[in-house]
Amino acid sequence: MTDVTDPLAAEIHGPSPRQLLKARALSHKGLIFGMMVVLLLVLVAILAPVLAPHDPYAQSLMNRMVPPVFMGGTWEHPLGTDHLGRDYLSRLIYGARVSLMIGAIAALISGVIGTAMGVAAGYFGGKVDAVVTFLINVRLAMPVVLVALAVVAILGGSLTVVICVLGLLLWDRFAVVMRASTLQISRRDYVAAAQVIGASTPRILLTEIMPNVFNNLIVIVTLEMAHAILLEAALSFLGLGVQPPTPSWGLMVSEGKNMMLFEPWLVLIPGAVLFVLVLAINLMGDGLRDVTAPEGRS
Amino acid sequence: MTKSLLSVKNLTLDIPTGSGTLHAVRGIDFDLKRGETLSIVGESGSGKSLTSLAVMALLGKSIKRSADEIRFDDVDLLSANKRVMRDLRGNRMAMIFQEPMTSLNPAYTIGDQLMEALLLHRKVSRSEARARAVELLEKVGITAAESRLSQYPHQLSGGLRQRVMIAMSLMCEPDLLIADEPTTALDVTIQAQILRLLVDLTREMNMAMILITHDLGVVARVADKVAVMYAGELVETGPATEVFAAPSHPYTRGLLRCIPQPGKTARGAPLGTIAGIVPSLVGEVTGCAFRTRCPHAKAACREQIPMRGDPSHEFRCVFADGALSEEGEVA
Amino acid sequence: MLTFILKRLGLALLVALTVSFISFSLLFLSGDPAAALAGETASGEDVEALRRLYGFDRPMLVQYAEWLFSALRGDFGESYYFKLPVASLIAERLQVTMTLGLCGILFALVTAVPLGVIAAIRPNSIIDRVALFLSVAGQAMPSFWFGLILIVVFAIQLGWLPPSGAATWRHFIMPTIVLGYYAMPAIMRLTRAGMLDVLNSDFIRTARAKGAGETRVLFKHALRNAIIPVVSLAAVQMGFMLGGSIVVESVFALHGAGYLAWESIARNDLPTVQALILVFSMFYIVFTFLADVLNAWLDPRMRSA
Repeated sequence: MTDVTDPLAAEIHGPSPRQLLKARALSHKGLIFGMMVVLLLVLVAILAPVLAPHDPYAQSLMNRMVPPVFMGGTWEHPLGTDHLGRDYLSRLIYGARVSLMIGAIAALISGVIGTAMGVAAGYFGGKVDAVVTFLINVRLAMPVVLVALAVVAILGGSLTVVICVLGLLLWDRFAVVMRASTLQISRRDYVAAAQVIGASTPRILLTEIMPNVFNNLIVIVTLEMAHAILLEAALSFLGLGVQPPTPSWGLMVSEGKNMMLFEPWLVLIPGAVLFVLVLAINLMGDGLRDVTAPEGRS
Repeated sequence: MTKSLLSVKNLTLDIPTGSGTLHAVRGIDFDLKRGETLSIVGESGSGKSLTSLAVMALLGKSIKRSADEIRFDDVDLLSANKRVMRDLRGNRMAMIFQEPMTSLNPAYTIGDQLMEALLLHRKVSRSEARARAVELLEKVGITAAESRLSQYPHQLSGGLRQRVMIAMSLMCEPDLLIADEPTTALDVTIQAQILRLLVDLTREMNMAMILITHDLGVVARVADKVAVMYAGELVETGPATEVFAAPSHPYTRGLLRCIPQPGKTARGAPLGTIAGIVPSLVGEVTGCAFRTRCPHAKAACREQIPMRGDPSHEFRCVFADGALSEEGEVA
Repeated sequence: MLTFILKRLGLALLVALTVSFISFSLLFLSGDPAAALAGETASGEDVEALRRLYGFDRPMLVQYAEWLFSALRGDFGESYYFKLPVASLIAERLQVTMTLGLCGILFALVTAVPLGVIAAIRPNSIIDRVALFLSVAGQAMPSFWFGLILIVVFAIQLGWLPPSGAATWRHFIMPTIVLGYYAMPAIMRLTRAGMLDVLNSDFIRTARAKGAGETRVLFKHALRNAIIPVVSLAAVQMGFMLGGSIVVESVFALHGAGYLAWESIARNDLPTVQALILVFSMFYIVFTFLADVLNAWLDPRMRSA
C-alpha cells in the first residue's frame, strides 16, 4: 500500500525516557551547579584532615584575629584567625563536616520516620491515615526552633543530641509528600492488578509503591537536608546547638558577632559558605524535581 | 449571491517546537453567510479547534497566524488590533467550548458571569443585564432561571453548564457563534438536546454558526455546509447533503463508513475503520497528508495536490470523482 | 460550611490538647526536674525541698492536669528566674512579637504577590528571573546571618537605622525585612504557580472570548482564583513566623516573646519555656484554623459544601 521510503510514513524513533531524563538533567543549569558545589563540599569534608592547613582546635593567643589574605593577612592563615587565634580556613573546612553530617543523618532519620508514616497513611487510608494526619498536624503546630532549643538545652548540646532532635522534628514534609504520592500511586491500575494476583502487602509496598514515589522522596531528602543544616546553624548561633570548641558554621558566626564591628569577615565568611551550601542543595533538589517531573515548572 | 459574513482565505498556523516547526493548519479557505451553519469535521489534532480560535484571535502567543484574508462582515480581522478584537468578541462573534465543567469561572456566580458578557459591550444598567440574563437562561431551557443567577458553576450539572455557556454567548445577540465540540463532554441524551437548542437558536436569531465536531452524525442533522479537515488541511468542502450523498475524498468516505447508516449498513456487518495514525506535521509537509493511510495511494500523491471539483463541492485528491471503485475501498 | 467549621474546630482542639501535653512533658525529659532546677551544686536536701515545693513528687498525669487547668484559666505558674507570673511576662512581650510578625507577613505579601503575578504573566522575563533568584536565595539565607549583614551595612556603615532595640518604628524595619524574607519565597512560588495554572484554564479562555480586556482577565478572573491558596499559606506562614521570630529577635535584641524564650531556655526557666511553646503552638493552631475557614469562605465550592 504505502512505500517505506515515504517521509510521512517514517516511524518516529524518539529518544528513550532515560535518555530524555539525562538530557534534561544535563541542560538544567541549577541542577548541575548545585550538584557540583555539593560534591565539592562533600569532598572537602571527607578530605578535611588533608586539606586543612592547621589543627582547627589549636589556639594561639599570639595570632588572634589575623585578617585574611585579601585584607592584608598572610598565606600562613589564608582566611585569618579567630578570637582565639585558631586558623579560620581550617575551622571552615572542618565545619563542612559538621554541617553535612548533621544534614545527612537528620534527613535520613526524619526520612525513615516520615516515609513510613506517609506511605502507611497513603496506602492503608482510613484509621491509619487519620492518625498520621493528626500527628502531622501536631508536629506542624510545634514551633521547631523553640522545641529544638529547649530539648537541646535540657539534654545538653552535643552533635548526637542535635542530630537526633532535628531528625525527630523534621519528618513532617516527608510524611505529607509521601502520603500524597502514595495515595495517588495506590489508585493506579497496576497496584490493583498486584492486589488481584494476590501479592502480599509488603511486596506491593516495596515493588509497586516505593519505586514510584522514589523521585519525590529524593527531592524531599535534599530539601530537608538543607533545612536541617540551616536549623543546626541557627541553634548553634543561638548558643544552644553544637557546643564550642566544635567548628560549626553557625557557631563561628555567633563567635564572630561580637567583633563584627571591626572584623566583619569573621561573620561574613562562615555565613557565606553556609548560604552557598544550602543554596546548592536546594538548587539540586529543585533541579531534581524539574528533571523528574518536567510538568512542574514551565 | 449575498455577501459572506465571514471569509477566511489561506489560513496557516505554525507552532514552533523544540524539534522544528509544527505546521498545524495549512492553507484553509472557507466562507460563511448570515444564518448559515458550517460544520468543520475532523479527528483530534486535525487543527479544527485551532482554526476557530484563530478566527477569534484567541490563540496562544507561541502560535504564528498568517492568512491572505480573514474578514468578518466589514472588519479585516487580520489587521485588527486588540481593542477591535475585544469589541467583537462576545459581542458580534461568540464562542462556546468543549469543556462545560471547566469553562466557567468557579469563583463567580452564574449571574455575574452572564451579566459580565453584556456589561462589557453594552451601556446597560445591572438590572437590565440581569433581566437579559434571566431571559436567556429561560430561552436555553433552564427552569427557575431567576434563582440560578446566584448559583455557582459547581452547583450545576455539565448539561446545565453548557446551557449557561450558550446563554452567555448569546447575551449580545452575536452574528456568528462558534461552537467547538459543544456536546462532546456531555451524556448522549443531553447531547441531542443541546444540539437541538443550538439549531433552533441559530434559526430564530438568524445567526451564522461554525460547529466544530468529530461526530458526522451531528453534522448530517445540523450543517448547511461541511468542511472536512485532515492533518491541518481541508480535504473536502461542500453542501452537507452533497458531501454525504457523494463523498469524493477517500478520507471522507472512510469517515462515513465509520458511522452506521440506516438502510445502508447491513445488520451485524462490521463498521469501517481507518487504519494507521495521523502523520507528524513537524517539518516540511508535502503532498497529500492522507496518503500514508489511503488504500489508493500512489506516487503522484507525494506532489502538491490542488483542490478540484466544482466550486461548491471541492476536494483535494489526485483521483477525479468517481474514479475510485468501491471494491478497492473494502480494506 | 458549618459542619466543616465544627469538624475543623474539633481537630484544632485535639491538636492543641496533644501539643499541651508534649510541651508539659518537656519538663520530665531531663529525668529529674527538681535536680535540674536546683543546679549541680545543690545538696540532696535542697533538691528534695524543691521537689516538694513544685510538686514534682506527685504522678506526672496529676501534675499535667493541674498545669493544664491553671493554664486554661490563664495561669502558667511563676517564672523561676523572673519570679513573676509567666502569663503576664509573656503577655507583655507578645506585643513586640505580634507587631514583628504582622509587619513581616505584610512585607512578604506586598513583595511576593506582585512579583509572583508578574512572573506568571511574563514567564522567563527579567522579572521572572529576578523573582526566581530572590526566592531561591531567600530559601538558602540563614536569617541570623542576613540580619547581621543588614546591621553591618545599614546600621554600622551607613548609619541609617538603629542596630537593635524596639523603641521606634525604625527599629522594626530590619527585623521586618529579615522575617518577611523568610516567608517570601513560599508565597511567591505559590502565587506564580497558581497564576500560571489559572491562566491556562478554560475559564480564562471563556473570559477572553467574552471580550474581557487583559487587565480584567488578570485581576478579576485569574487573580481571584489564584489568591485563594495564597491567603491560607500566608496565615500558616504567620504561625510559623511567630515561632521563628526567636532568631530574629535575638539578632536585633528585640525584647519580644521569642527573645524571652531564648533567655528562659538559657536559664532553665522551664515554666516559661513550657508556656511559650504552648502559646506559639496556639498561635499556629488558631492561624491555620482561620486560614482553613477563610479558604472555605473564599472558595464557593467549599462555602456551600
